[in-house]
Amino acid sequence: MAKNPKPEELVQIEHKPPLMKGWMETPVELKEGIYCYGAKAKNLAAVEMPNARDWNPAEEDWKLPEDWKEIIEEGFKDRLDKFRSLKLFMDICVRCGACADKCHFFIGSGDPKNMPVLRAELLRSVYRKKFTTGGKLLGKFAGARDMTYDVLKEWWYYLYQCTECRRCSLFCPYGIDTAEITILGREMTNLLGLNTDWIAAPVANCNRTGNHLGIQPHAYKDMIDFFVDEIEEVTGIRVEPSFNRKGAEILFITPSGDVFADPGTYTCMGYLMLFHYLQEQGLDITWSTYASEGGNFGYFTSHEMAKRLNAKMYAEAKRLGVKWIMGGECGHMWRVLNQYMDTFNGPPDFLEEPVSPITGTKFENAKTTKMVHLVEFTADLIRHNKLKLDPSRNDHLTVTWHDSCNPARGWGFLDEPRYVLKNVCNNFYEMPPNTIREQTFCCGSGAGLNAGENMELRMRGGLPRANAVKHVHEKYGVNMLGCICAIDRAVFPTLMDYWVPGVGVTGLHEMVANALVFEGEKERTTDLRGEPLAGMEEEEDV
Amino acid sequence: MNFIVSILISLIAVSILVLIPWIGVGALDLRIIFGVVVPYAALLTFIAGIVVRVLDWARSPVPFRIPTTAGQQWSFPWVKHSRIDNPKGTVGVVVRMIFEVLLFRSLFRNTRLEYRRTEGGPKLDYEWEKWLWLAALVFHYSFLVIFLRHFRFFMEPIPGFVHLLESLDGFMQTGVLPLTGLGVPGVYLTDMLLMLAVTYLFVRRIYVPQTRYISLPQDYFPLFLILALGTSGILMRYFIRVDITAVKELVLGLIKFGPSTESLQGIGVIFYIHLFLISVLIAYFPFSKLMHFMGVFLSPTRNLSNNSRFVRHINPWNYPVKYHTYEEYEDEFRELMVEAGLPVEKQPQPSAEE
Amino acid sequence: MYDGGKIIVGLIACLAFFLSPFIYDAGTAAKAPKPVLTEKAKEAGECVNSTPYMKAWHMHLLDTWRHTVVRNDERYYSPRREARMARLDKNLFDQWRHFVSDGARRYVPKEDKVYYKSLQETCLDCHSNKSKFCDECHNYMGVTPYCWDCHIQPEEKK
Repeated sequence: MAKNPKPEELVQIEHKPPLMKGWMETPVELKEGIYCYGAKAKNLAAVEMPNARDWNPAEEDWKLPEDWKEIIEEGFKDRLDKFRSLKLFMDICVRCGACADKCHFFIGSGDPKNMPVLRAELLRSVYRKKFTTGGKLLGKFAGARDMTYDVLKEWWYYLYQCTECRRCSLFCPYGIDTAEITILGREMTNLLGLNTDWIAAPVANCNRTGNHLGIQPHAYKDMIDFFVDEIEEVTGIRVEPSFNRKGAEILFITPSGDVFADPGTYTCMGYLMLFHYLQEQGLDITWSTYASEGGNFGYFTSHEMAKRLNAKMYAEAKRLGVKWIMGGECGHMWRVLNQYMDTFNGPPDFLEEPVSPITGTKFENAKTTKMVHLVEFTADLIRHNKLKLDPSRNDHLTVTWHDSCNPARGWGFLDEPRYVLKNVCNNFYEMPPNTIREQTFCCGSGAGLNAGENMELRMRGGLPRANAVKHVHEKYGVNMLGCICAIDRAVFPTLMDYWVPGVGVTGLHEMVANALVFEGEKERTTDLRGEPLAGMEEEEDV
Repeated sequence: MNFIVSILISLIAVSILVLIPWIGVGALDLRIIFGVVVPYAALLTFIAGIVVRVLDWARSPVPFRIPTTAGQQWSFPWVKHSRIDNPKGTVGVVVRMIFEVLLFRSLFRNTRLEYRRTEGGPKLDYEWEKWLWLAALVFHYSFLVIFLRHFRFFMEPIPGFVHLLESLDGFMQTGVLPLTGLGVPGVYLTDMLLMLAVTYLFVRRIYVPQTRYISLPQDYFPLFLILALGTSGILMRYFIRVDITAVKELVLGLIKFGPSTESLQGIGVIFYIHLFLISVLIAYFPFSKLMHFMGVFLSPTRNLSNNSRFVRHINPWNYPVKYHTYEEYEDEFRELMVEAGLPVEKQPQPSAEE
Repeated sequence: MYDGGKIIVGLIACLAFFLSPFIYDAGTAAKAPKPVLTEKAKEAGECVNSTPYMKAWHMHLLDTWRHTVVRNDERYYSPRREARMARLDKNLFDQWRHFVSDGARRYVPKEDKVYYKSLQETCLDCHSNKSKFCDECHNYMGVTPYCWDCHIQPEEKK
């Protein structure tokens, strides 16, 4: 693994591309610390992906099939015929450059090919050569070039340096969405078995065991049981979750990161506590070990793989006979659920239109997909005064809110989380307006980039977000970064330690659970993490 | 290819395009070709090209509903919904598209990164940057007004809106220069604004390091072509006058499919240069990035409502996929599940007997 | 989802916009009006400058006349002298003025005639038929010269 540069070294970023040497004449150079390991044979084979073999991006030979050029050309054509978005985005860019300095990877790396427009031009140049008359006739003078081994490597290197966060698409006057280009570009690289292992392995695991770490059902249950003990220790309350229970009203699916990785685990405890709290009021909810992954690593591979993994949700809901599905705090999971799920695997006519069993609120905006976000559900509870909350229990925290890219720009889920947050904590400060809500900056590690070997890339990509956190950290003493995304929770601690030491990371329902007042609970002296609550520090010492 | 080569290629191309009619009419007197054949061919290419390109886009479906949401979703009645930036239905989308197409709303969001290294670490700011938006807006609207003003050559009798545009556009009622002989005809604001905006867009392209790096010859070419087109028009109006009555007669003749050869004779070369450049521009249009004019209407991140959780979106090529079923899953983990107390569909067989 | 119907409607609307002159002009005459000369004008045989020049530049000529009369008290116009001056003048500004204002250097009449610079007394003396000589073309081109804001419109004989 490459040695990660220190922050002082990493900030030497030059945003001026070379003056005289054009980008087409600049061949790709794969730098350690930027790219992830190649997908292993067993992980590709596990889901019947083509060209499954062990390979190493650092080596000259990527072990491609003989006819790889035809495969790419065929794959490109196929996608042009299937996606108007691709065709359009290949044709109408005017290279105004409005997107250039909007990308967190360009901001953090200065690598000109990380400008969204150039990332797309990598594909466009090949598109022009193969599919446009001008490109065929004029070649380079029309910005066209042949698909070569080097170009393929360039594609791969930069397509896996995009987190599909869509920030660029917000600023594009034609709405050109680099996420769409990256998704389809990655589909094409996958035709040649050119995935990264940090995507391929979770895909294989999710497919087989239901979650991305490949945890088997009994171990999954063990983990949750462990949380049950932890919760009892802090609150004196024993929660009783159920698994794979037929006839429950609601199926709950959350990213498996919440079950296995700190600080997501505390968020998971939050879910468990909230469900327990509501049990008496009539909440009838079950977890599933089969559909135990909300996040969809297939989405970072291809539309088909996304659909395959997503299919388990409705299948499990049907098997268990639930009325509707609730989803946990996750980012790209919710882009898939909002923009793809029903189209992929619907219509779920065996489910009912979601209604909150506690408040009777109809979730009209989830009428056909029949899947409700837990935060929507909680916001509705708070609105109807169904939760007894003591926000002062979060007084030891000064919180800022990170809008996760996918819920922000692929859905518009902005104010419900803030509503919940403001009801469970007293110290909340927004980051600067150009870095939140629809203009939010990515964590820098989404879309399957949260591996260890590409740490430099992650720290670079996370710089704009971290810098905004640093601003409120210095100005208001913010010490906690809240978010509703499992990848955020998994990667932000490293990012914060690197750029803004002293800022922790939390999911929303961890804070909800901290503030939630149970009947018959013991007096809380610590939060779920065992950190002393404000005003309880002395008592701890006794 | 660096930016200098790109600029040179485009510059040479446009220069040749200016020379062709200059020589063709000025020296060889090929008036029928440049006054009749070329404009017809160009218009035909323009129309056919646009139709073919748009239908080609339309042939590919929009399989998924992928709007870029730029505001709060529609959810509870007590959460303020961003109706335009995150539309839930057709009305919102139409308004969003109107803002997008007429006011370049997305471009209006533009900011400029300011990256500084300070003692306390890097500092990132996102500065006010509306110049690109402004120049783009000025450019497009000037072009539109100029195009519509030209309807005085295209229509007989001249419709009222043309007079209105002319009086608004020429409201300064002054000549192009405060020199004797340049007091008439009055200047049009849009002429100057167009030239200024195009010049700005060109200068920006080479001044900003990032746009300089990404620019291709086909980015400079239309700018130069439009500059040449504007220059020829301005020259014709103020400095190298031609008999515009004859021009209108020719244009009307073309529109009525019976151009008079007589009118071809009485018009100066500068007009043929102007006509040739616009012909090239419209013939080039369907094969170039200028198709963003049509494409912006079809952009799936802008023209779709964010309603895919409550209105089903159909993918016409949706196909069944193989997924790992619960049965396969339970078959693999049945014993472990039973041991852990998880419910199963089928109890494990106690022994090997069938 | 294709939305084919919407796209075709949009396409037709767009083409209709670009091709609107073809629809609008159906049935109108393409011919430009020809200025009618009065008997007096026919008799004179020539104007103050050549016909092609007058077609393209007459408003410049009038503007220059106005300017030079009002500002410089130069009341007479000689095409020959103008042409010669344009060649001789070393002053760039004046050269420019001569070039753009009357282009006279291209037209050197045989006879050295001198004209009194006046719209009403010189131009309209021959062209007394404003509606047939001026207005038809001005309307055809959609221009509204402001000559008559100050000058009195000549009364035309029926």
